Amino acid sequence: MRTMHDIHAAELAKRAEELLAAGHRLALIAAHHDPDAVRIVYLFASGPPDTRIELHVRLARDRPEVPTLAPLSFPAGRFEREMRDLHGIVPLDHPLPRRLVRHFHWPRGWYPMRPDAGPPPPFGEQEGPYPFLEVEGDGVYEIPVGPVHAGLIEPGHFRFSVVGETILKLKARLWFVHKGIEKLFQGRSVAAGLPLAERISGDTAVGHALAYCLAVEEATGTKVPADAQRARALLLELERLHNHVADLGMLCNDVGHGILNTHAQRVREQLLRLGAEITGHRLLRGGVIPGGAALRALPDPVRLRAIGEDIREITDLALGHSTVRDRFTGTAILTTQAARDIGCLGYVARASGLAGDARTAHPFTPYGALLEVPVHDSGDVLARFLVRAEEIETSLALIDQLADGLMAPGTVLAPSPVPGAGPRTGVGLVEGWRGTIATRVELALDGTLARVKPVDPSFFNWPALPLALADTIVPDFPLTNKSFNLSYAGNDL
Amino acid sequence: MSGVGYVAVAGQVAVVAAGGPLLAGWMRQVRARMEGRVGAGVLQPWRDMRKLLRKEPITPVGTGPALRIAPALVVATVAVAAALVPLLSTDTPISDRADLILVVALIALGTLALALAGLDSGTAFGGMGASREMTVAALVEPTILLSVFALSIPAGSTNLPAIVSGTVHDPARLASPAGLLATAALAVAVLAETGRIPVDNPSTHLELTMIHEAMVLEYAGPDLALVELGAQMRLTLLLGLLASLFAPWGIATSASWAALAVALALFTLKVAVLGAVLAAAEVFWAKLRLFRVPELLAGSFLLALLAVIVSYFLSSES
Repeated sequence: MRTMHDIHAAELAKRAEELLAAGHRLALIAAHHDPDAVRIVYLFASGPPDTRIELHVRLARDRPEVPTLAPLSFPAGRFEREMRDLHGIVPLDHPLPRRLVRHFHWPRGWYPMRPDAGPPPPFGEQEGPYPFLEVEGDGVYEIPVGPVHAGLIEPGHFRFSVVGETILKLKARLWFVHKGIEKLFQGRSVAAGLPLAERISGDTAVGHALAYCLAVEEATGTKVPADAQRARALLLELERLHNHVADLGMLCNDVGHGILNTHAQRVREQLLRLGAEITGHRLLRGGVIPGGAALRALPDPVRLRAIGEDIREITDLALGHSTVRDRFTGTAILTTQAARDIGCLGYVARASGLAGDARTAHPFTPYGALLEVPVHDSGDVLARFLVRAEEIETSLALIDQLADGLMAPGTVLAPSPVPGAGPRTGVGLVEGWRGTIATRVELALDGTLARVKPVDPSFFNWPALPLALADTIVPDFPLTNKSFNLSYAGNDL
Repeated sequence: MSGVGYVAVAGQVAVVAAGGPLLAGWMRQVRARMEGRVGAGVLQPWRDMRKLLRKEPITPVGTGPALRIAPALVVATVAVAAALVPLLSTDTPISDRADLILVVALIALGTLALALAGLDSGTAFGGMGASREMTVAALVEPTILLSVFALSIPAGSTNLPAIVSGTVHDPARLASPAGLLATAALAVAVLAETGRIPVDNPSTHLELTMIHEAMVLEYAGPDLALVELGAQMRLTLLLGLLASLFAPWGIATSASWAALAVALALFTLKVAVLGAVLAAAEVFWAKLRLFRVPELLAGSFLLALLAVIVSYFLSSES
């Protein structure tokens, strides 16, 4: 299922090109500081059938330089920039040799992921300058927004170059929330890694926890019972449900139709309370655990059906409202080509005609015939709204099917793994509500976490937002941003 | 006579100033209840006002006089307009001066002052809000002028008290095509002028979508209190003007204390009903795409123009 190839840096580009041409996508690049070398892992994945291919490249510790893959794959270029900023590994001939993750004031030459980095030093001299590209011309002006916004949203700076009300160029400067999560994982026990994984992006507790657990279980050679996998799939759909419902409401709110938001948030609150009954936590934390799953209760089918009715009514009212529909239709179009080039995932990709879904590509439990992956190809806000609405239907049907035959309250756990068994590396690919989450884990000899590299779909999707906004008008930005609803925390680990 | 007249003028200004925040609170309350929320209560805008007035005044660095005088100017123009418009009585000492063009000019002056303040703040949002506000105002002011003008034709005067008292004595004018068209046009213009849905969203926190709020983002403390009071008074005044023109019953046409008291009660009732209707409508409306707003406003201008033409034709026939 997962194959690893140790290759030489010189053949990297050729091998990567072959894999990409064969229909694999680059899921993750992770750098490791082994005692004798710097090792970079390139994970390529495709499915069905579930295929995962890793390329391992070893570099000299004193001169960590690697040929860039940026001309072959846009996400690869971003992973490489992230790697350079955090590990000091230089991608040779990178077309965009600028910082990505790196904070303004980190001291020059300090790389937090290196083994000798030590505790975070005080902020130093700014490394810049990092000027914004200036758009010139008659009547072009700039609108700087953020990083601190009105309302409870995460920090990000947006620089609009605008003529009249039309956006010529948008530059999103993110990376204000580096928490050092990858570093925090190192040295933790598997059990202590779980709470961290659940908090990578607060709204994706199940998705990230599940990707982490699947990776750990592969690394330890744990066979998870089928019932536990079903319970996990159930929780994953519940998470999709409460997030999508909130998004549907907030999309309506952003076009000034507050009443539907009020009702969507009421439905979301019911789902959060349901989550608290099922796992003991409103955001479904603690349900997915390494080796199994723990459920305190099962969702009541009658209640879920009522919730489904409510959501359907909200969706119908929104789509039946001529102004709301007008605001959604044709707004901020992301073309299929652009989505493919950028490597978009999740509902953003599915609204632009790309049918990728880890539940079909990398299933961890049989989903059966009820799993439908809705795809729209108009790429506008309406398409992203519709994909969410249709995914809610699928999730409701799946929850009904998955809950059937599960026992609650109860914890289903695999027998504890034999210490030292298993390949000590593992990969988890999970279709979180935002898209495919990839987590790669390596264990130390004593069974603690040596390296955990989680990748939130937001990391892939963020570059699509400025692209979709070209030629959109400024007042439609908040609506577009909400239709993407990308995570800042999951993007900037 | 003059005693009652002066009291009527003072009463009009007082009821608009005191009632403005109450109207805003009432509309928010209606909306909250319709959305299934408890709401903050009718008095909340007054509480906010008290809170803001207690804060220290802060002026952003590098701003000029436009930013500083705009809040006072906005409130002052609305207060003068409130004195002129026959909200409670058509028989006041200054009713001769209550010309419709003057009233529209006063309202426009307030809009202009805020737009200049937005530009003066030197921020991208201030400029953006000012540019949007001027786009809207350029379409709204002529609509208000034209629709009131349509009503002035049967009265033979652009004097507002004359128009209103004429309508009180001859209510059939309102049911005429000109009257109905002018009502519709003025109603849309009032929505745009006061920054309500579907033109602007007064309750949004999204800076990039704002019109009116974007201009006043730099205000804090007592200045912000004045700006908010000005906006609330303007809404009250314009709803009052709408009520006076199209439902003038109850407005005192003679100088008697009893008539004034009845006028006050009816004015409160009419504005409260209009506010409730507006708040309820906002629950069911959504905000238009910014580039569709001119279409809506051009439509209302067209209605006003039709009203003028129709009233000419009908008055020449009769």
